[in-house]
Amino acid sequence: MELDPVLIGRWQFGITTVYHFWMVPLTLGLGMLVAVLQTFYHRTGNEVYLRSTKFFGKLFLINFIMGVATGLVQEFQFGMAWSEYSRFVGDVFGAPLALEALLAFFLESTFLGLWIFGWGRLPRAVHLGSLWLAVIGTWISAYFIIVANSWMQHPVGVEMVDGRPVMTDVWAVLGNNTAIAAFTHTIFGALAVGGSFLLGISWYHLYHRRKAGIDTVDADGKVIVGSSEELPGRDKTDHAVWIKSLRIGAIVGVLAFAGVSITGDVQAKLMFDQQPMKMASAEAACHDGTQFSVLTIADPSSNDCDGVQNIFEIPGLLSFLANGDFDTPVHGVTTLLPEYQERYGTHIPDDPRYGDHAGEPIDYQPIMIVTYWGFRMMIGFGALAAGVCVIGLWLARKGTVPESKWLSRGFVLAITAPFLANSAGWIFTEMGRQPFVVAPNPAQLDGVYMYTQAALSPEVTPAMLLFSLISLTSVYGILMVVELRLITKYVKGGVASAMPELDQTNTKPTITDNGDDVLSFAY
Amino acid sequence: MEILATIWFVLIVVLWMGYLFLDGFDLGVGMMMPFLSRSERGKRVLLNSIGPVWEGNEVWLITAAGAMFAAFPHWYASLFSALYIPLTICLLALIFRAVAIEYRGKGHSERWKTFWTWALAVGSAGTAFCIGAMLALTTIGLPLNDRGDMIGGAFAWMSWPALVGGLGGLGFSLAHGLIFLGLKTQGEARARSRRWAGRIMLPAAIPFLIWFASSITQRTWLVVPVLIAIVALIFAFVAVRAGAEKRAFILHGIYLIAGLTAVFAGVFPNVLPSTIDPANSLTIAAASSSDYTLNVMLIVTIVILPIIIAYQIFSYRMFLGRIAETHIPEAHKLPVAIRS
Repeated sequence: MELDPVLIGRWQFGITTVYHFWMVPLTLGLGMLVAVLQTFYHRTGNEVYLRSTKFFGKLFLINFIMGVATGLVQEFQFGMAWSEYSRFVGDVFGAPLALEALLAFFLESTFLGLWIFGWGRLPRAVHLGSLWLAVIGTWISAYFIIVANSWMQHPVGVEMVDGRPVMTDVWAVLGNNTAIAAFTHTIFGALAVGGSFLLGISWYHLYHRRKAGIDTVDADGKVIVGSSEELPGRDKTDHAVWIKSLRIGAIVGVLAFAGVSITGDVQAKLMFDQQPMKMASAEAACHDGTQFSVLTIADPSSNDCDGVQNIFEIPGLLSFLANGDFDTPVHGVTTLLPEYQERYGTHIPDDPRYGDHAGEPIDYQPIMIVTYWGFRMMIGFGALAAGVCVIGLWLARKGTVPESKWLSRGFVLAITAPFLANSAGWIFTEMGRQPFVVAPNPAQLDGVYMYTQAALSPEVTPAMLLFSLISLTSVYGILMVVELRLITKYVKGGVASAMPELDQTNTKPTITDNGDDVLSFAY
Repeated sequence: MEILATIWFVLIVVLWMGYLFLDGFDLGVGMMMPFLSRSERGKRVLLNSIGPVWEGNEVWLITAAGAMFAAFPHWYASLFSALYIPLTICLLALIFRAVAIEYRGKGHSERWKTFWTWALAVGSAGTAFCIGAMLALTTIGLPLNDRGDMIGGAFAWMSWPALVGGLGGLGFSLAHGLIFLGLKTQGEARARSRRWAGRIMLPAAIPFLIWFASSITQRTWLVVPVLIAIVALIFAFVAVRAGAEKRAFILHGIYLIAGLTAVFAGVFPNVLPSTIDPANSLTIAAASSSDYTLNVMLIVTIVILPIIIAYQIFSYRMFLGRIAETHIPEAHKLPVAIRS
C-alpha cells in the first residue's frame, strides 16, 4: 500500500505539537506561580518563599528549555511540510507568528536570562521584575499563537483576493472571539497544570518527611514539625515550604478549574455555532435533539452513525451546553452532513493541487471516537485534577499529609491529570476541525476555507516526511526521558538541590576561595 | 507596493544579519567547547560566557523566520519546503544545542558532561552550517518549477553554493566565537582563543568571501561592499593580532554586514531565484504579503524593535565584564533528601 503523505504529515504535526504542549502549559502555569512566590518573598522577606521560588524555579527552567527547543520545530514545519497552507494563509497567519517573536519571545528569553543569572547581581526589584516580564512574555506568546490557531478554526478579518485570503482588519483577527475564549481557556488550563504540579511535589516531600520520622502528628492529628541533621535541607522551615506550596497549588488548581469551566462553556457555545459538525461529533450526536451522554458504545472501526448507542444520558444538558437552555434541540450529524455537502461540495475539486486526493469524496464528519472521547477525557481529567486538589487541601488541613505510600503515589500521579486534559482538549479541537485545515466561517466570509488535503508541500515525499517524523519522534522520546529523570533528581534533592547552601550534610564550603567575584549562578 | 515589500526585504536581511552577528558567536563558542580547554572549569568559562544571552540571540532566528512567513509567505514556503531535509537536521541541531546548554551542568557524571559537551559542539556546528547553506541558496537559487516548488527530489538543493554557504557559516561562527571569547574571558581561555582566532579567521573566511564576491556578477557596483568586507576582515585580523579585542569583534561584524549587504543586494529584486528558468524566480513583488499586512507589521516593528534592542543592550551591560575560572562556583553534587 502506498503511504499517504498527508497522513504522515498530520501524524508528525500532531506528535510534535502535542509534545510541545506538554512543556508549554507547565511553563505558563508554573512560571506564573514562581513569579507569585518570589513576589511574596519580596514583600514579606519570608525565607519560606525564597526557598519555594528557588526550588520550583529550577524545575521551571528544566522544563522551559524543552519548550523553547521544541517550539522552533513548530515555526519551521509550516513552511517545510505545509507549504501550500503557508502560501494560502501567509498574509494573515504569518503576522501573529512574527508578532509572537517580536513581542513575546525576545521578552521571555532576554529577561529569563537576566533572572537566571541575576540572583544577587541585579537590584532585588529589578530581578523580580525580570521574572514577571519573562512570564508575561510567555502569556503574550500563548495569546498570539492562539490567535493564529483560532483563525484556522474561525477565519475573520480577511477578504479573498486572487483565491487567497488577504488581511483587511488586523483588529478583527486579534480580537477574534474564538481566540479570546481559547486563550483564557488555555491559561486556566495551564494554571491547573501549575497548581497540580505544586500540590503533587509538595505532597511527596511532606510524606517523605513523615516517613523519615522528621514530622510526626499528635493525638488530634496535628503536625509536630521536626528537623533532621542527616537529610539535606530538612529543617523546620523546609516543612513550611512544602505545606505552603501544597496549599497554594491546590487552591490555584481549584480556582483554575472554575476558570476552565466558565471559559470552556463560552468556547463550547461559540463552537456549536461556528463549527457545528465538530460539536455534533463531540457528542456523537447523530440525530437532532440527541442528549448529552456519559457513555456511548459503537463499533470503533466504523465512523457510522447508525451503530451509535447511548448508554447513559443526561437530558437537557447538551442543549444547555450549546444554547444555554434545556430544550432547544442540538443539530445532529445526519442533519449537518447534507448542509455541508450542499455548501462545499461532495467531492474534493479536480484540481492538480490536491494531488492524488483530487476527486475523492469528502467526509465532513470528524473521527467520532476521537472527538467524543477527546471531549470527555478533557472534562474528566480536568475535573479529576480539581477533585484531587480539594481532597488534598482537606487531607492536609492539620499541617501535614497522612503517612501513606499509596496516597503519596496517587498525588504524584495526579500531576499528569491536567496535562492529559490539556492534550485531550487540543486533540479534540484539532481533529474535530477536519477535513478542513482552515474551517469555513459561512456566517461572515464566503469561500475562505481549505481542505487539509490541499495544504501539504507538493514536492515533499512520504520518505522525507518519514525521515523527519522518525528522527524528531525519537529525539523527543529520548529527551522526554532525560527531562523526567532530571526533574525527578532535582525533586528528590529537595530545596537544597536549588540552594546548595542549605545542604548541612555537605561539609565543603560551597563558595571557595574567591570571595565576592564568584557568580551566584553558573551553568 | 514595491516600496513596502522592499522595506521588508531589507528588514529581513537585517534580522538575518542580527542573527548571525549575535548567535554566530554563541555557535562558535559551542563548537569550541570540546577543544579550547581540557579542564572542566575551563569549559564552564566558555559556557558561561554566553550563558545569560544566547537565548535572546536565538530569538533573532525565530523572528527572521516568522517575519519571512508574515511578509513573504511564498519565499518562506518555497525555501523551507525545498530545504526539508537540511532544515530537519538544523532543527535537531538547534534542539541539542539548546538542551545541552541548560542540562550540561545539571548532571554530575563524566559521561553526562561529555555527552552534552559534544551535543553542544555538534549542534552548534550543524546549525551554523545549515543556516549558512540556506542563506547562500536563497541568493544563488534552487531548481524551482513554475509553482515555486523545488523539483528533483529531496536532495536537489545539494550544490556548490550550499557547500560554500555551509562552510562559510561554520567558518564565520567559529572565528566570531573565538573573537568573542577573547573579548569576554580572562586568563587561559582568552589567550588561547586569541591564538586560535589569529590562526583560523582568514582561512575560515574564504567560503563566505567567495559567496560575497559572487554578487559582483549581478551588479558591478557591489564590488564596493565586497571590498569593505575584505578590508574590515583584514583589519579585524590585525586587531586580533594586536590584542584589540573589542575592535576586532566590531570589525568582524562589519565584514559580515557588508558581505551580506552585497549578496542580498545582488539577488534583489528576487528573493529566491530559480536555477531552471528565470521566469520561475520568486521576486519580492510576487512573494510578498498584501500592503495592509506589510504596513501593520512595519508599524509594530518600528515601535518594538528599538525597545528590544534597548533591553538586549541592558542585558549585555548587566553581564559586562570578563569571565575567568575564578568566577566559576564550585560544582556541587546534587543532594538527596528523599532516599527511596
